[in-house]
Amino acid sequence: MTITEIQNEIIDEFDMFEDWEERYQYMIDLGKSLPLIAEQYKTEDNIIKGCQSRVWVHADLEGDKVLFTADSDAIITKGIIAILIRTFSDQHPKAIIEANTDFIDKIGLKEHLSPTRANGLVSMIKQLKMYAIAYQTQLN
Amino acid sequence: MLDVQKIRTDFPILNRKINGKPLVYLDNAATSQTPQQVIDVIVDYYSNYNANIHRGVHTLSQEATDLYEGARLKIQEHFNIKHSHEVIMTAGTTHGINLVASGFSNLIEKGDEILVSALEHHSNIVPWQMLCERTGATLRVIPMDDNGQLIMADFGAMLSERTKLVFVNHISNALGTINPIETIIKKAHEVNAAVLIDGAQSCPHIKPDLQALDVDFYVTSAHKICGPTGVGMLYGKQDWLNKLPPYQGGGEMIAEVTFEKTTYADLPHKFEAGTPNISGGIAFGAALDYMNAIGFEAIAEYEHELLEYATDKLSQIEGLKIYGPKDLNEKTSVISFNIQGIHPYDIGTILDKMGIAVRTGHHCAQPVMDFFKIPGTVRASFAFYNTKAEVDALVEGVKKAKMMLS
Repeated sequence: MTITEIQNEIIDEFDMFEDWEERYQYMIDLGKSLPLIAEQYKTEDNIIKGCQSRVWVHADLEGDKVLFTADSDAIITKGIIAILIRTFSDQHPKAIIEANTDFIDKIGLKEHLSPTRANGLVSMIKQLKMYAIAYQTQLN
Repeated sequence: MLDVQKIRTDFPILNRKINGKPLVYLDNAATSQTPQQVIDVIVDYYSNYNANIHRGVHTLSQEATDLYEGARLKIQEHFNIKHSHEVIMTAGTTHGINLVASGFSNLIEKGDEILVSALEHHSNIVPWQMLCERTGATLRVIPMDDNGQLIMADFGAMLSERTKLVFVNHISNALGTINPIETIIKKAHEVNAAVLIDGAQSCPHIKPDLQALDVDFYVTSAHKICGPTGVGMLYGKQDWLNKLPPYQGGGEMIAEVTFEKTTYADLPHKFEAGTPNISGGIAFGAALDYMNAIGFEAIAEYEHELLEYATDKLSQIEGLKIYGPKDLNEKTSVISFNIQGIHPYDIGTILDKMGIAVRTGHHCAQPVMDFFKIPGTVRASFAFYNTKAEVDALVEGVKKAKMMLS
Protein backbone atom coordinates (compact mmCIF):
# COMPACT_ATOMS: atom_id res chain seq x y z
CA MET A 1 0.00 0.00 0.00
CA THR A 2 1.11 3.55 -0.59
CA ILE A 3 1.54 5.96 2.31
CA THR A 4 -1.64 7.80 1.30
CA GLU A 5 -3.62 4.54 1.21
CA ILE A 6 -2.40 3.60 4.69
CA GLN A 7 -3.22 7.04 6.00
CA ASN A 8 -6.75 6.84 4.57
CA GLU A 9 -7.15 3.45 6.20
CA ILE A 10 -6.16 4.95 9.57
CA ILE A 11 -8.60 7.84 9.07
CA ASP A 12 -11.38 5.27 8.44
CA GLU A 13 -10.43 3.38 11.59
CA PHE A 14 -10.56 6.52 13.71
CA ASP A 15 -13.93 7.50 12.20
CA MET A 16 -15.44 4.59 14.09
CA PHE A 17 -14.63 6.14 17.44
CA GLU A 18 -17.31 8.24 19.06
CA ASP A 19 -15.32 10.32 21.49
CA TRP A 20 -11.82 11.21 22.70
CA GLU A 21 -11.80 8.39 25.22
CA GLU A 22 -12.18 5.73 22.56
CA ARG A 23 -9.54 7.41 20.38
CA TYR A 24 -7.09 7.63 23.24
CA GLN A 25 -7.82 4.13 24.50
CA TYR A 26 -7.03 2.83 21.02
CA MET A 27 -3.76 4.74 20.91
CA ILE A 28 -2.83 3.56 24.39
CA ASP A 29 -3.54 -0.03 23.35
CA LEU A 30 -1.43 0.45 20.22
CA GLY A 31 1.34 1.83 22.40
CA LYS A 32 1.15 -1.11 24.78
CA SER A 33 0.86 -3.94 22.28
CA LEU A 34 3.64 -3.16 19.84
CA PRO A 35 7.26 -4.07 20.45
CA LEU A 36 8.60 -1.09 18.61
CA ILE A 37 12.35 -1.20 18.84
CA ALA A 38 15.04 -3.71 19.74
CA GLU A 39 16.69 -2.95 23.09
CA GLN A 40 20.15 -2.62 21.49
CA TYR A 41 18.91 0.38 19.50
CA LYS A 42 17.63 2.27 22.57
CA THR A 43 20.93 4.11 22.77
CA GLU A 44 21.90 7.70 23.43
CA ASP A 45 22.71 8.05 19.70
CA ASN A 46 19.17 7.15 18.71
CA ILE A 47 17.42 9.27 21.30
CA ILE A 48 15.36 12.37 20.51
CA LYS A 49 15.03 14.44 23.64
CA GLY A 50 11.72 16.18 24.14
CA CYS A 51 11.18 18.16 27.31
CA GLN A 52 8.31 15.87 28.28
CA SER A 53 8.86 12.43 26.80
CA ARG A 54 11.77 10.75 25.07
CA VAL A 55 11.70 9.04 21.67
CA TRP A 56 14.13 6.53 20.16
CA VAL A 57 14.31 5.94 16.41
CA HIS A 58 16.25 3.36 14.38
CA ALA A 59 16.26 2.83 10.59
CA ASP A 60 17.45 0.06 8.25
CA LEU A 61 17.45 -0.17 4.46
CA GLU A 62 16.19 -3.47 3.08
CA GLY A 63 16.23 -3.63 -0.69
CA ASP A 64 14.84 -0.26 -1.70
CA LYS A 65 12.60 0.12 1.36
CA VAL A 66 13.31 1.82 4.66
CA LEU A 67 12.29 -0.05 7.82
CA PHE A 68 11.75 2.06 10.91
CA THR A 69 11.51 1.03 14.52
CA ALA A 70 10.93 3.49 17.35
CA ASP A 71 9.89 3.74 20.96
CA SER A 72 9.01 6.23 23.70
CA ASP A 73 8.87 6.23 27.48
CA ALA A 74 5.35 7.72 27.38
CA ILE A 75 2.57 5.41 26.21
CA ILE A 76 0.44 7.98 24.34
CA THR A 77 3.53 9.19 22.49
CA LYS A 78 4.27 5.53 21.75
CA GLY A 79 0.77 5.05 20.35
CA ILE A 80 1.25 7.93 17.95
CA ILE A 81 4.66 6.54 17.02
CA ALA A 82 2.96 3.24 16.18
CA ILE A 83 0.64 5.12 13.81
CA LEU A 84 3.52 7.03 12.21
CA ILE A 85 5.65 3.90 11.81
CA ARG A 86 2.71 2.14 10.18
CA THR A 87 2.54 4.86 7.54
CA PHE A 88 6.26 5.46 6.97
CA SER A 89 7.93 2.10 7.44
CA ASP A 90 8.51 -0.37 4.60
CA GLN A 91 8.27 2.42 2.04
CA HIS A 92 10.63 3.72 -0.64
CA PRO A 93 12.78 6.64 0.63
CA LYS A 94 11.37 8.95 -2.05
CA ALA A 95 7.79 8.28 -0.88
CA ILE A 96 8.81 9.01 2.72
CA ILE A 97 10.48 12.27 1.74
CA GLU A 98 7.38 13.40 -0.14
CA ALA A 99 4.82 12.25 2.45
CA ASN A 100 3.04 14.63 4.79
CA THR A 101 1.39 14.09 8.17
CA ASP A 102 -1.87 16.01 7.62
CA PHE A 103 -3.83 12.84 8.44
CA ILE A 104 -2.90 13.27 12.12
CA ASP A 105 -5.12 16.37 12.11
CA LYS A 106 -8.00 14.37 10.59
CA ILE A 107 -7.86 11.73 13.34
CA GLY A 108 -8.04 14.38 16.07
CA LEU A 109 -4.47 14.13 17.33
CA LYS A 110 -3.14 17.39 15.91
CA GLU A 111 -2.08 18.78 19.28
CA HIS A 112 0.46 15.99 19.71
CA LEU A 113 2.38 17.12 16.64
CA SER A 114 2.56 20.76 17.71
CA PRO A 115 6.15 22.03 17.75
CA THR A 116 5.50 23.46 21.22
CA ARG A 117 4.35 20.15 22.67
CA ALA A 118 7.94 19.10 23.40
CA ASN A 119 7.20 15.36 23.29
CA GLY A 120 9.85 14.64 20.65
CA LEU A 121 7.36 13.71 17.91
CA VAL A 122 8.03 16.66 15.61
CA SER A 123 11.75 15.97 15.83
CA MET A 124 11.01 12.31 15.26
CA ILE A 125 9.25 12.99 11.95
CA LYS A 126 12.18 15.17 10.89
CA GLN A 127 14.49 12.32 11.82
CA LEU A 128 12.46 9.80 9.76
CA LYS A 129 12.76 12.09 6.76
CA MET A 130 16.48 12.60 7.34
CA TYR A 131 16.99 8.82 7.27
CA ALA A 132 14.95 8.65 4.06
CA ILE A 133 17.08 11.38 2.47
CA ALA A 134 20.26 9.56 3.49
CA TYR A 135 19.04 6.24 2.07
CA GLN A 136 17.78 7.92 -1.10
CA THR A 137 21.31 9.26 -1.65
CA GLN A 138 22.67 5.76 -1.05
CA LEU A 139 20.25 4.25 -3.60
CA ASN A 140 21.23 6.83 -6.21
CA MET B 1 -12.47 33.00 55.92
CA LEU B 2 -12.47 33.96 52.27
CA ASP B 3 -15.51 33.64 50.05
CA VAL B 4 -14.16 31.52 47.20
CA GLN B 5 -17.32 31.66 45.07
CA LYS B 6 -17.28 35.45 45.17
CA ILE B 7 -13.56 35.52 44.42
CA ARG B 8 -14.02 33.27 41.39
CA THR B 9 -16.29 35.85 39.77
CA ASP B 10 -13.26 38.17 39.63
CA PHE B 11 -11.49 35.80 37.21
CA PRO B 12 -13.11 35.77 33.75
CA ILE B 13 -10.87 32.94 32.52
CA LEU B 14 -12.36 30.54 35.07
CA ASN B 15 -15.55 30.53 32.95
CA ARG B 16 -13.71 28.97 30.03
CA LYS B 17 -14.42 25.51 28.76
CA ILE B 18 -11.50 23.31 27.67
CA ASN B 19 -12.27 20.34 25.42
CA GLY B 20 -15.93 20.91 26.26
CA LYS B 21 -15.35 20.71 30.05
CA PRO B 22 -15.19 23.54 32.60
CA LEU B 23 -11.58 24.62 33.06
CA VAL B 24 -10.00 23.30 36.26
CA TYR B 25 -6.86 25.39 36.49
CA LEU B 26 -4.27 23.73 38.71
CA ASP B 27 -1.08 25.11 37.19
CA ASN B 28 -0.83 28.14 39.46
CA ALA B 29 2.83 27.55 40.28
CA ALA B 30 3.60 28.18 36.60
CA THR B 31 1.45 31.29 36.38
CA SER B 32 -1.54 32.58 38.31
CA GLN B 33 -4.71 33.83 36.66
CA THR B 34 -5.53 37.52 36.39
CA PRO B 35 -8.54 39.12 38.12
CA GLN B 36 -10.72 41.64 36.30
CA GLN B 37 -9.47 44.36 38.66
CA VAL B 38 -5.94 43.93 37.28
CA ILE B 39 -7.07 43.52 33.67
CA ASP B 40 -9.03 46.81 34.07
CA VAL B 41 -5.89 48.63 35.20
CA ILE B 42 -4.03 47.54 32.06
CA VAL B 43 -6.94 48.56 29.81
CA ASP B 44 -7.32 51.86 31.68
CA TYR B 45 -3.61 52.61 31.26
CA TYR B 46 -3.68 52.14 27.49
CA SER B 47 -7.06 53.88 27.21
CA ASN B 48 -6.20 56.95 29.29
CA TYR B 49 -2.55 57.28 30.34
CA ASN B 50 -0.26 55.74 27.74
CA ALA B 51 2.92 57.85 27.56
CA ASN B 52 6.61 57.35 28.14
CA ILE B 53 7.63 58.00 31.71
CA HIS B 54 10.27 59.99 33.61
CA ARG B 55 11.08 62.45 30.85
CA GLY B 56 8.00 64.16 29.48
CA VAL B 57 6.90 67.60 30.61
CA HIS B 58 3.43 66.95 29.28
CA THR B 59 0.54 65.92 31.49
CA LEU B 60 0.12 62.37 30.18
CA SER B 61 3.77 61.56 30.79
CA GLN B 62 3.53 63.00 34.28
CA GLU B 63 0.41 60.99 35.07
CA ALA B 64 1.92 57.77 33.72
CA THR B 65 5.08 58.41 35.76
CA ASP B 66 3.01 58.96 38.90
CA LEU B 67 1.15 55.68 38.34
CA TYR B 68 4.36 53.75 37.69
CA GLU B 69 6.22 55.21 40.65
CA GLY B 70 3.07 54.68 42.72
CA ALA B 71 3.35 50.98 41.92
CA ARG B 72 6.96 51.00 43.12
CA LEU B 73 5.76 52.42 46.44
CA LYS B 74 3.11 49.71 46.70
CA ILE B 75 5.81 47.07 46.18
CA GLN B 76 7.98 48.79 48.78
CA GLU B 77 5.18 48.74 51.30
CA HIS B 78 4.08 45.18 50.53
CA PHE B 79 7.55 43.72 51.06
CA ASN B 80 8.43 46.14 53.89
CA ILE B 81 11.44 47.57 52.07
CA LYS B 82 13.30 50.46 53.69
CA HIS B 83 13.89 52.68 50.63
CA SER B 84 11.84 52.82 47.45
CA HIS B 85 15.06 53.04 45.42
CA GLU B 86 15.91 49.54 46.65
CA VAL B 87 13.03 48.28 44.48
CA ILE B 88 14.35 47.59 40.97
CA MET B 89 11.63 46.93 38.43
CA THR B 90 12.62 43.96 36.23
CA ALA B 91 11.17 41.78 33.52
CA GLY B 92 10.73 39.01 36.08
CA THR B 93 12.57 36.70 38.47
CA THR B 94 15.02 35.36 35.89
CA HIS B 95 15.95 38.90 34.85
CA GLY B 96 16.59 39.85 38.48
CA ILE B 97 18.82 36.81 39.08
CA ASN B 98 20.83 37.50 35.94
CA LEU B 99 21.24 41.15 36.92
CA VAL B 100 22.77 40.14 40.26
CA ALA B 101 24.87 37.32 38.74
CA SER B 102 26.25 39.68 36.13
CA GLY B 103 26.97 42.36 38.72
CA PHE B 104 28.94 39.93 40.87
CA SER B 105 31.39 39.19 38.03
CA ASN B 106 33.67 41.92 39.37
CA LEU B 107 33.20 41.00 43.03
CA ILE B 108 33.98 37.27 42.77
CA GLU B 109 37.35 35.70 42.10
CA LYS B 110 38.97 32.33 41.64
CA GLY B 111 38.77 30.27 44.81
CA ASP B 112 35.53 31.88 45.96
CA GLU B 113 32.50 29.67 46.46
CA ILE B 114 28.87 30.11 45.51
CA LEU B 115 26.29 27.88 47.19
CA VAL B 116 22.98 26.94 45.60
CA SER B 117 20.40 24.52 46.91
CA ALA B 118 19.65 21.15 45.32
CA LEU B 119 16.05 22.32 44.95
CA GLU B 120 16.72 25.12 42.49
CA HIS B 121 14.92 26.01 39.29
CA HIS B 122 17.21 26.11 36.24
CA SER B 123 17.00 29.91 36.31
CA ASN B 124 18.76 29.80 39.67
CA ILE B 125 21.46 27.37 38.54
CA VAL B 126 22.50 28.41 35.05
CA PRO B 127 23.32 32.11 35.77
CA TRP B 128 25.61 31.01 38.63
CA GLN B 129 27.30 28.37 36.49
CA MET B 130 27.94 31.13 33.94
CA LEU B 131 29.27 33.38 36.70
CA CYS B 132 31.61 30.60 37.87
CA GLU B 133 32.84 30.06 34.30
CA ARG B 134 33.62 33.77 34.00
CA THR B 135 35.35 34.12 37.36
CA GLY B 136 36.81 30.69 38.19
CA ALA B 137 34.70 30.49 41.34
CA THR B 138 33.25 27.13 42.43
CA LEU B 139 29.55 26.29 42.51
CA ARG B 140 28.61 24.02 45.41
CA VAL B 141 25.24 22.40 46.00
CA ILE B 142 23.46 22.26 49.36
CA PRO B 143 22.09 18.67 49.38
CA MET B 144 18.55 17.60 50.16
CA ASP B 145 17.05 14.51 51.77
CA ASP B 146 14.46 12.04 50.50
CA ASN B 147 11.65 14.37 51.57
CA GLY B 148 13.00 17.12 49.32
CA GLN B 149 14.23 19.17 52.30
CA LEU B 150 17.65 20.77 52.56
CA ILE B 151 20.13 19.09 54.89
CA MET B 152 20.94 22.05 57.09
CA ALA B 153 23.86 20.40 58.90
CA ASP B 154 25.61 19.99 55.55
CA PHE B 155 24.86 23.62 54.69
CA GLY B 156 26.48 24.73 57.94
CA ALA B 157 29.57 22.65 57.19
CA MET B 158 29.87 24.07 53.67
CA LEU B 159 30.05 27.70 54.85
CA SER B 160 33.50 29.25 55.14
CA GLU B 161 35.29 32.52 54.48
CA ARG B 162 35.45 31.39 50.83
CA THR B 163 31.62 31.51 50.59
CA LYS B 164 30.69 34.76 48.87
CA LEU B 165 27.12 34.11 47.76
CA VAL B 166 24.25 31.85 48.76
CA PHE B 167 21.22 31.40 46.49
CA VAL B 168 18.15 29.53 47.61
CA ASN B 169 14.54 29.60 46.55
CA HIS B 170 12.13 30.45 49.34
CA ILE B 171 9.80 27.70 48.12
CA SER B 172 10.66 24.94 45.65
CA ASN B 173 8.64 25.13 42.44
CA ALA B 174 8.99 21.39 41.83
CA LEU B 175 7.96 20.10 45.27
CA GLY B 176 6.53 23.04 47.23
CA THR B 177 9.12 22.69 50.02
CA ILE B 178 9.39 25.81 52.21
CA ASN B 179 13.09 26.36 52.82
CA PRO B 180 14.31 27.66 56.21
CA ILE B 181 15.52 30.93 54.72
CA GLU B 182 15.72 32.76 58.08
CA THR B 183 18.39 30.30 59.26
CA ILE B 184 20.11 30.26 55.87
CA ILE B 185 20.38 34.07 55.82
CA LYS B 186 21.62 34.24 59.42
CA LYS B 187 24.27 31.55 58.97
CA ALA B 188 25.47 32.95 55.63
CA HIS B 189 25.87 36.38 57.19
CA GLU B 190 28.09 34.87 59.90
CA VAL B 191 30.71 34.29 57.17
CA ASN B 192 29.86 37.60 55.42
CA ALA B 193 28.31 35.91 52.39
CA ALA B 194 25.54 37.71 50.50
CA VAL B 195 22.19 35.92 50.17
CA LEU B 196 19.74 36.05 47.27
CA ILE B 197 16.33 34.53 47.81
CA ASP B 198 14.16 33.56 44.85
CA GLY B 199 10.65 34.43 45.94
CA ALA B 200 8.80 33.49 42.75
CA GLN B 201 6.98 30.60 44.44
CA SER B 202 6.53 32.15 47.88
CA CYS B 203 4.95 35.49 47.01
CA PRO B 204 1.59 33.96 46.02
CA HIS B 205 1.29 32.40 49.49
CA ILE B 206 3.34 34.45 51.94
CA LYS B 207 3.85 38.17 52.51
CA PRO B 208 7.58 38.39 53.20
CA ASP B 209 9.02 41.11 55.44
CA LEU B 210 12.34 41.76 53.72
CA GLN B 211 13.76 44.01 56.44
CA ALA B 212 12.99 41.46 59.13
CA LEU B 213 14.53 38.71 56.97
CA ASP B 214 17.65 40.89 56.59
CA VAL B 215 18.10 39.37 53.12
CA ASP B 216 20.57 41.02 50.71
CA PHE B 217 18.68 40.36 47.47
CA TYR B 218 15.17 39.12 46.78
CA VAL B 219 13.55 38.50 43.40
CA THR B 220 10.04 37.71 42.26
CA SER B 221 7.63 37.89 39.30
CA ALA B 222 4.26 39.65 39.12
CA HIS B 223 2.61 36.88 37.10
CA LYS B 224 2.78 34.46 40.03
CA ILE B 225 0.75 36.90 42.15
CA CYS B 226 -2.21 37.62 39.87
CA GLY B 227 -0.24 40.25 37.93
CA PRO B 228 0.82 40.35 34.28
CA THR B 229 3.76 38.48 32.71
CA GLY B 230 6.97 40.28 31.80
CA VAL B 231 7.37 42.27 35.00
CA GLY B 232 8.90 41.59 38.38
CA MET B 233 11.06 43.09 41.02
CA LEU B 234 14.54 42.82 42.41
CA TYR B 235 15.10 44.02 45.93
CA GLY B 236 18.66 44.73 46.93
CA LYS B 237 20.04 46.36 50.02
CA GLN B 238 21.19 49.86 49.08
CA ASP B 239 24.85 49.10 49.86
CA TRP B 240 24.86 46.04 47.63
CA LEU B 241 23.07 47.76 44.75
CA ASN B 242 25.60 50.59 44.90
CA LYS B 243 28.44 48.07 44.64
CA LEU B 244 27.03 46.39 41.53
CA PRO B 245 27.74 47.92 38.11
CA PRO B 246 24.83 48.67 35.74
CA TYR B 247 23.50 45.60 33.94
CA GLN B 248 22.38 47.13 30.66
CA GLY B 249 23.22 50.45 29.05
CA GLY B 250 20.65 52.74 27.51
CA GLY B 251 18.24 55.54 28.17
CA GLU B 252 16.87 56.15 31.68
CA MET B 253 19.98 54.72 33.40
CA ILE B 254 22.35 57.62 32.78
CA ALA B 255 23.06 60.90 34.58
CA GLU B 256 25.22 62.47 31.88
CA VAL B 257 26.52 61.19 28.53
CA THR B 258 29.36 62.49 26.41
CA PHE B 259 31.36 60.44 23.93
CA GLU B 260 34.23 60.47 26.43
CA LYS B 261 32.37 59.33 29.50
CA THR B 262 28.96 58.48 30.88
CA THR B 263 27.96 58.85 34.48
CA TYR B 264 25.20 56.63 35.73
CA ALA B 265 21.92 57.58 37.28
CA ASP B 266 21.23 56.94 40.94
CA LEU B 267 19.26 53.96 42.20
CA PRO B 268 16.91 52.57 41.06
CA HIS B 269 17.30 53.99 37.55
CA LYS B 270 20.89 52.77 37.21
CA PHE B 271 19.42 49.28 36.70
CA GLU B 272 16.38 50.30 34.66
CA ALA B 273 17.73 51.03 31.17
CA GLY B 274 15.21 51.74 28.44
CA THR B 275 11.46 52.17 28.50
CA PRO B 276 10.11 49.74 31.09
CA ASN B 277 6.96 47.62 31.01
CA ILE B 278 4.90 50.58 32.25
CA SER B 279 1.42 49.05 32.19
CA GLY B 280 2.87 45.86 33.64
CA GLY B 281 4.48 47.71 36.53
CA ILE B 282 1.26 49.57 37.31
CA ALA B 283 -0.72 46.31 37.10
CA PHE B 284 1.83 44.65 39.43
CA GLY B 285 0.87 47.25 42.03
CA ALA B 286 -2.83 46.60 41.37
CA ALA B 287 -2.27 42.85 41.79
CA LEU B 288 -0.70 43.42 45.21
CA ASP B 289 -3.69 45.60 46.14
CA TYR B 290 -6.00 42.81 45.05
CA MET B 291 -4.17 40.13 47.04
CA ASN B 292 -3.86 42.33 50.12
CA ALA B 293 -7.58 43.12 50.05
CA ILE B 294 -8.25 39.39 50.37
CA GLY B 295 -5.44 39.07 52.90
CA PHE B 296 -2.46 36.73 52.91
CA GLU B 297 -3.44 35.07 56.19
CA ALA B 298 -6.82 34.11 54.76
CA ILE B 299 -5.16 32.97 51.52
CA ALA B 300 -2.59 30.80 53.35
CA GLU B 301 -5.23 29.28 55.60
CA TYR B 302 -7.56 28.43 52.72
CA GLU B 303 -4.80 27.04 50.49
CA HIS B 304 -3.59 24.86 53.35
CA GLU B 305 -7.08 23.46 53.68
CA LEU B 306 -7.09 22.65 49.94
CA LEU B 307 -3.64 21.06 50.27
CA GLU B 308 -4.75 18.83 53.16
CA TYR B 309 -7.93 17.83 51.34
CA ALA B 310 -6.15 17.08 48.05
CA THR B 311 -3.26 15.23 49.71
CA ASP B 312 -5.68 13.03 51.61
CA LYS B 313 -7.78 12.24 48.52
CA LEU B 314 -4.86 11.64 46.15
CA SER B 315 -3.00 9.49 48.70
CA GLN B 316 -5.89 7.04 48.62
CA ILE B 317 -5.17 6.20 44.97
CA GLU B 318 -3.16 3.00 44.86
CA GLY B 319 0.33 3.36 43.41
CA LEU B 320 0.32 7.15 43.72
CA LYS B 321 3.46 8.64 45.25
CA ILE B 322 3.75 12.26 46.36
CA TYR B 323 7.21 13.85 46.36
CA GLY B 324 8.29 16.48 48.87
CA PRO B 325 7.83 17.09 52.60
CA LYS B 326 5.50 14.70 54.43
CA ASP B 327 4.65 17.39 57.00
CA LEU B 328 2.18 19.63 55.15
CA ASN B 329 3.16 22.58 57.35
CA GLU B 330 6.55 22.52 55.63
CA LYS B 331 5.20 22.97 52.11
CA THR B 332 2.79 25.13 50.14
CA SER B 333 -0.21 24.09 48.09
CA VAL B 334 1.77 22.13 45.50
CA ILE B 335 1.40 18.38 45.00
CA SER B 336 4.05 16.78 42.83
CA PHE B 337 3.23 13.13 42.16
CA ASN B 338 3.55 10.07 39.98
CA ILE B 339 1.62 6.86 39.56
CA GLN B 340 3.76 3.76 39.50
CA GLY B 341 4.46 2.55 35.98
CA ILE B 342 2.80 5.52 34.25
CA HIS B 343 4.64 8.40 32.57
CA PRO B 344 3.61 11.85 33.88
CA TYR B 345 3.16 13.10 30.31
CA ASP B 346 0.44 10.51 29.72
CA ILE B 347 -1.45 11.50 32.89
CA GLY B 348 -1.20 15.21 31.97
CA THR B 349 -2.51 14.49 28.47
CA ILE B 350 -5.56 12.59 29.73
CA LEU B 351 -6.27 15.27 32.38
CA ASP B 352 -6.13 17.96 29.69
CA LYS B 353 -8.79 16.12 27.69
CA MET B 354 -10.94 16.47 30.82
CA GLY B 355 -10.31 20.23 31.08
CA ILE B 356 -7.84 19.89 33.97
CA ALA B 357 -4.65 21.94 33.62
CA VAL B 358 -1.64 20.56 35.49
CA ARG B 359 2.03 20.78 34.75
CA THR B 360 3.97 17.67 33.78
CA GLY B 361 7.67 17.18 33.22
CA HIS B 362 10.76 18.19 35.12
CA HIS B 363 9.44 21.68 36.06
CA CYS B 364 12.75 23.28 34.98
CA ALA B 365 14.34 21.48 37.93
CA GLN B 366 16.08 18.51 36.32
CA PRO B 367 18.50 18.01 39.24
CA VAL B 368 15.50 17.46 41.54
CA MET B 369 14.10 14.83 39.16
CA ASP B 370 17.53 13.18 38.82
CA PHE B 371 17.70 12.96 42.62
CA PHE B 372 14.48 10.94 42.69
CA LYS B 373 15.52 9.04 39.51
CA ILE B 374 12.31 9.94 37.68
CA PRO B 375 11.72 11.62 34.28
CA GLY B 376 9.35 14.12 35.85
CA THR B 377 6.18 14.42 37.88
CA VAL B 378 2.61 15.56 37.54
CA ARG B 379 2.29 18.80 39.50
CA ALA B 380 -1.02 20.17 40.69
CA SER B 381 -0.65 23.59 42.30
CA PHE B 382 -3.57 25.27 44.00
CA ALA B 383 -4.46 28.94 44.38
CA PHE B 384 -6.96 30.69 46.62
CA TYR B 385 -9.55 30.67 43.80
CA ASN B 386 -9.54 26.87 43.49
CA THR B 387 -12.26 24.83 45.17
CA LYS B 388 -12.67 21.43 46.80
CA ALA B 389 -14.95 20.52 43.90
CA GLU B 390 -11.97 21.13 41.59
CA VAL B 391 -9.82 18.89 43.79
CA ASP B 392 -12.52 16.23 43.40
CA ALA B 393 -12.39 16.70 39.62
CA LEU B 394 -8.62 16.22 39.72
CA VAL B 395 -8.91 13.06 41.80
CA GLU B 396 -11.54 11.62 39.45
CA GLY B 397 -9.37 12.62 36.47
CA VAL B 398 -6.31 10.91 37.90
CA LYS B 399 -8.32 7.77 38.62
CA LYS B 400 -9.62 7.73 35.07
CA ALA B 401 -6.14 8.34 33.62
CA LYS B 402 -4.80 5.49 35.75
CA MET B 403 -7.55 3.19 34.53
CA MET B 404 -6.95 4.06 30.87
CA LEU B 405 -3.17 3.90 31.08
CA SER B 406 -2.64 0.85 33.31
